[in-house]
Formats: sequence, structure tokens, C-alpha cells
Amino acid sequence: MMHEKLTMAQALNRALRDSMTEDESVVVFGEDVGPLGGVFRVTDGLSAQFGERCFDTPLAESGIVGVAVGMAMNGMRPVVEMQFDAFAYPAFEQIVSHVAKMRNRTRGKVALPMTIRIPYAGGIGGVEHHCDSSEAYYAHTPGLHVVAPSTPGDAYALLRESIASPDPVVFLEPKKLYWAKDEVALGAVSPSIGKAVIRRPGTDATLIAYGPSVPVALEAAEVADREGRSLQVVDLRSIVPFDDETVCAAVRSTGRAVVVAEASGFASVSSEIVARVTERCFHSLAAPIRRVTGFDIPYPPPKLEHLHLPGVDRVLDAVDDLQWEDS
Amino acid sequence: MTGDAHHLLPTATPVSLIGPDGHPVADPAHSLPAPGDLRRALAALITARRLNDQAYALVRQGRLAVYPSSHGQEACQVASAQVLADGDWLFPTYRDTVAVVGRGVDPVEALTLLKGDWHCGWDPYEHRVAPHATPLATQLPHAVGVAHAARMRGEPTVVMALCGDGGTSEGDFHEALNFAAVLRAPVVFLIQNNEYAISVPLARQTAAPSLAYKGIGYGIPSERVDGNDVAALLSVLGSAVARARAGEGPQLVEAHTYRMQAHTNADDATRYRTADEVEAWVMRDPLTRLSTFLDLPADDMTAMNDEAERVAAHLRDGLNRDVEPDAAQLFAHVYAAPTAQLREQEALIADELLRDGAAR
Repeated sequence: MMHEKLTMAQALNRALRDSMTEDESVVVFGEDVGPLGGVFRVTDGLSAQFGERCFDTPLAESGIVGVAVGMAMNGMRPVVEMQFDAFAYPAFEQIVSHVAKMRNRTRGKVALPMTIRIPYAGGIGGVEHHCDSSEAYYAHTPGLHVVAPSTPGDAYALLRESIASPDPVVFLEPKKLYWAKDEVALGAVSPSIGKAVIRRPGTDATLIAYGPSVPVALEAAEVADREGRSLQVVDLRSIVPFDDETVCAAVRSTGRAVVVAEASGFASVSSEIVARVTERCFHSLAAPIRRVTGFDIPYPPPKLEHLHLPGVDRVLDAVDDLQWEDS
Repeated sequence: MTGDAHHLLPTATPVSLIGPDGHPVADPAHSLPAPGDLRRALAALITARRLNDQAYALVRQGRLAVYPSSHGQEACQVASAQVLADGDWLFPTYRDTVAVVGRGVDPVEALTLLKGDWHCGWDPYEHRVAPHATPLATQLPHAVGVAHAARMRGEPTVVMALCGDGGTSEGDFHEALNFAAVLRAPVVFLIQNNEYAISVPLARQTAAPSLAYKGIGYGIPSERVDGNDVAALLSVLGSAVARARAGEGPQLVEAHTYRMQAHTNADDATRYRTADEVEAWVMRDPLTRLSTFLDLPADDMTAMNDEAERVAAHLRDGLNRDVEPDAAQLFAHVYAAPTAQLREQEALIADELLRDGAAR
């Protein structure tokens, strides 16, 4: 196994390159993914290396996803890029009515092995329509896998696995982590879709996070540690399938939990996590599970986003509220 | 960009080779299909009409939830299937069941959706027919994707993508045409303009001189054809398929036809169109016109009618047979392998059914 220090964007690029090298049916397309290499450079160099297997398309997201459906029906493994989270909405009908349902509609005759990459979430000072946390829309739709890496290593492994998967995957790339650097194990990957991971051991309470919120949770755990409280951090990696087993085992081990997510809290992935854990672990809980999420507002302008995003202090305040005195 | 794009525009009047009275129409640009092809088309038309009427009757008998009939549009249905080779693909709308059957799909499987047993009843790969699309025009980008994948592999596949006049207003129609043109994908887009999108007439759908004018903006050559003249359809669609196969990129054909019945049996067409209007289209019926033109011996016609009856009986038998619903199917095809959560939910239903069975 080879290791290299890469940014998340570079790790994603390597995953695409390695998948395209290994499997001729893998094709990459979208807006500006050709010679430019994508606005975040994730597809850098692919069109030079693979020719027409990586191509620019007209600027039309429904068409991009719809064409990918047809190519997946006909022997290809398309990986398409939606340029930004909120620019994926024109493709919503294709994703919900066809990508998610084709296997089921045809009783398993037609599989759609395709990956929809979406640079998502905020924290980069982006203007409106560039910072949405849209995971709940996809997670609510049966038939899709929905994953969100938080490290360059997971980005590489999850993307390789998503491309090889027989099921369609909505691959959410936290924009603010594109430039985060870490050791990445390249080559063969072990399955991680559907498997949460304990990012940091801890005994007093469990922080549950995914994608862009994992570094926030880790930093909060670091600060708490200095203050004498031991916080465990669970990184979901995969929103669908959801790893009830790992998450519940973690919560049972500490008896207290806080969910951290950028998306608005109402009717969200974070509400789902609280519901699932409460249904399964009620008697292990010493306090109600708290959530630290974005407010129920449209994503704010850049100069106000720091007020909206879950930060370390808000996470630690929530941890403080976990009814420690009563126990 | 070239300034002269006139070659992309359709003719001022739709191509017609056999008039409503059954007499040939002279057209220097198109020739009549071979007699054998027309005989094959007539047999298919007779079966198509019989299937439409049989399905409509089965709705009244409660065996189908609903049926969007292509009665009156059978020439489009028959020709769009007949011009394709085995390796080609057909992308139908919900009104194109007869075209689906024309590709070789068992009519009982073709109507599974409307019978309510499952969504798509056939294996799309067996006859290269995509599932019925009910969200309008959403199947058209898929057609482009199938064609582009085939082209990348150097396969000679052509894709026939069907939609209606209403569907041309949807965004996916335009995105599909644009992608197909830019990618030079071998797709033939056939618009069956039957004058109505449920109740809304064509004039409320477009201000273009004709729907075939939609092609020029995308650089796609377009034609108009009499959609009740199967000879003209075979000729125009056959040439379009040949051009697409030869690498000339996508083609657009608008067929002028008419939906003789309501949108479905649940619709009341008298609320938005007159009996006189419908009557005028009876005179242009695709079957009468071709049978008048061919004027086949009585024995041949009997044989064709017998075959249509055989297919209708097969459909009746199939739809009258009740299939025991299988709860496991609900969870089996959501993903390649069911998630832990789906396994729990499947067990819940299995347990409920077991207790129901024990209680009975």
C-alpha cells in the first residue's frame, strides 16, 4: 500500500484517475471538468490523460444527470460533477425519479452504477447558492447512497468505492475541506460505505458528525480534553446506508451525545440521527441528545456565515447542557 | 457557425405519401416503402388498434387501473418500432405501449405498470426498450446517454426517443436535444403531436410555426410528417435512423396526428374539444388509409385480423390472471443488497403477514 500526503481535492483527483485507469467504462463529465480541471481542480489533467472519457458538457444539470443515467444503462460508469450544491437542483427530478428508482422500477434488471459528485456546504465565504447543505434531500430518497468524507484518506477510499458500487451514490464533498492535507493510502480500498468510524476515543460524551462538521467536533473534543472532559467523536462518512450499530454502540458507551451538522436542523439528517439513537438507546442515555446545527434560515451572506455555522464554542455549550449535575 | 441553416428547417407541409383517401401522393423527395414493408405495417396496425381497444375494455372491466390509449396514433407507434434494428433502443412515453409491443415485448408485460403488479414489467435489455416514462420528457436525456455510450464504443446503435407535443415544453426536452447535438449522439427524436396535452391545445404549448422548428436552435435537422400515414412515417423515420447511424448526429421528426380518445379513461375530452373536430380526424384514420391503398385479398385481411385477435386474447388471459403480491419484492431491488434498515422493515412485514395468516 502506497501512502502520499495529499489535499482532499488531490485525493479525489487520484481516486478518479485510478478508477479510470482500472476500469475503461468509467467516464467523467460535467461543467468545466475538461481542460480547466473543474472549478475546484478535482478533475485536473483527466481530459489530457483520458481524452473523450472526461468531457465538458453544456451547462445544464438535468441533462448531465439524465445523460449519465442513459450511459449507466448502457454499460458505462459515469461520474458527474455538479459544480455547486445549489446548482444541482435542476437535476433533482432526474435524481429522484430516475437515478434513485431505476433498479427498483425494473426489479433489478437495470442498475445505475453512477456517482454524482457535489461540492457542498459552506465555510468558504461563498455567495448565495454556493453553500447549501443539501444532504437531507438525497438522504430522504430511497435508492441513493449518500456519503460525505471528512478526510483526504476517506475522500479517496469513498470515491473509489462509490465509482465501483453497483448503486448510485451522491458524493458530497465538503468544500471547506478541499485544501485540508493528510496521509492518503492509495490503491485497493476496504469497504467504508455504510460504516461509521470512531475518529477520537472518549468516555464522557459522544459527538456525532459527518463531512464538514467532523473537524469542528474534533477541535471541540481537543478543547474539552484540556478542560478535563473526554469526548468521543464519531464520523458517519456514510449517511445512507446509516451505520446504526457503530453509532449506537458509541452512544451507549458514554450515555450522552451531541449531533453536529451544518444543515438546518428542522427535518434534517441530524433529527434522523437523534430519533434513531433515542429509539434504540433510550435506557443508556443519561440526558436528551442535543443538536448543534445551522439555523432554520437560508444560508447567510459571507459576512454572517460564522454566526450560522456550528462552532467549537456552541458544541461545547451543548456538551455542558447534557445534565451532568443530575447524574 | 454557418449563416445558412435553412437545411435544418422542416418542409412547410408535412410529408405525405398516401393521402387520407388511400391514394398515393407524389413526393419527389421521398419514395414509397417496399410493398413487403407496407404489408408488415398493415398487420402491425391492425394488431395495434386491436390492442388499444382491448386495453381500453380491460379498464372498464377493472383489470387495468387506467390506459392512455394511442388509438388514432397507431401509425406512429408501428413505424417507430419497425424502422429500428434489433441492436437499437426505444424510449417510450406512457402512451407508447403499442410501440413497446412492436419491439417484441409481451403485451402483458407491457401493461404491468397499469395493471398495478409492478412498475416496469419487462426486462429493458431483452428487446432494448426503456421503461415507460411518466414524468414528461425525462426519458429523453437517457436516450442521449444510451446513444453516446454506444457511440463511444463504436457500436452502430440508434436510439428512437418518443415524446408528445406537451413534452416539448419541458426543460429535459431542450436539454436532451442540445446534448444530443453537441455530442452528435445517434438519436431520432419523434414528437407525436396529437394536438392535446391532456386538455391543453397545441396553441397553448408553443408559438412556434411547428414543433419541428425546435430543432434548428440546436442545429438538428428536422422534418414534419403526416403522422397518420404509415408509409410517410416509415420513409421519413427510416431515413432519419439511417442518417443517425451514418454518424450525422441526432434527427428530429414531428408527426402530425390526433388522440382519438380521451387522455385516459379517467378524462372527459368533451370538456375541451368538439365532436366535429374528432369526426374530421376519423376521415384520416391510419388503418383505413393503408388498407385502401394496399387493397389486399380478403384471405390476407382475415389472417391479419386473426393474428390481432390472438394477441388480444393473450392480453386478456394475461391480465385476467391474478398474480400473488410478493412483499419481499418491495425491499429486494432498492439497492443491489438491502441495507440493515431495509432488512428490519422486511422482517416487520413478513411477521405481520405471518400473524395475518395465522389469524385466518
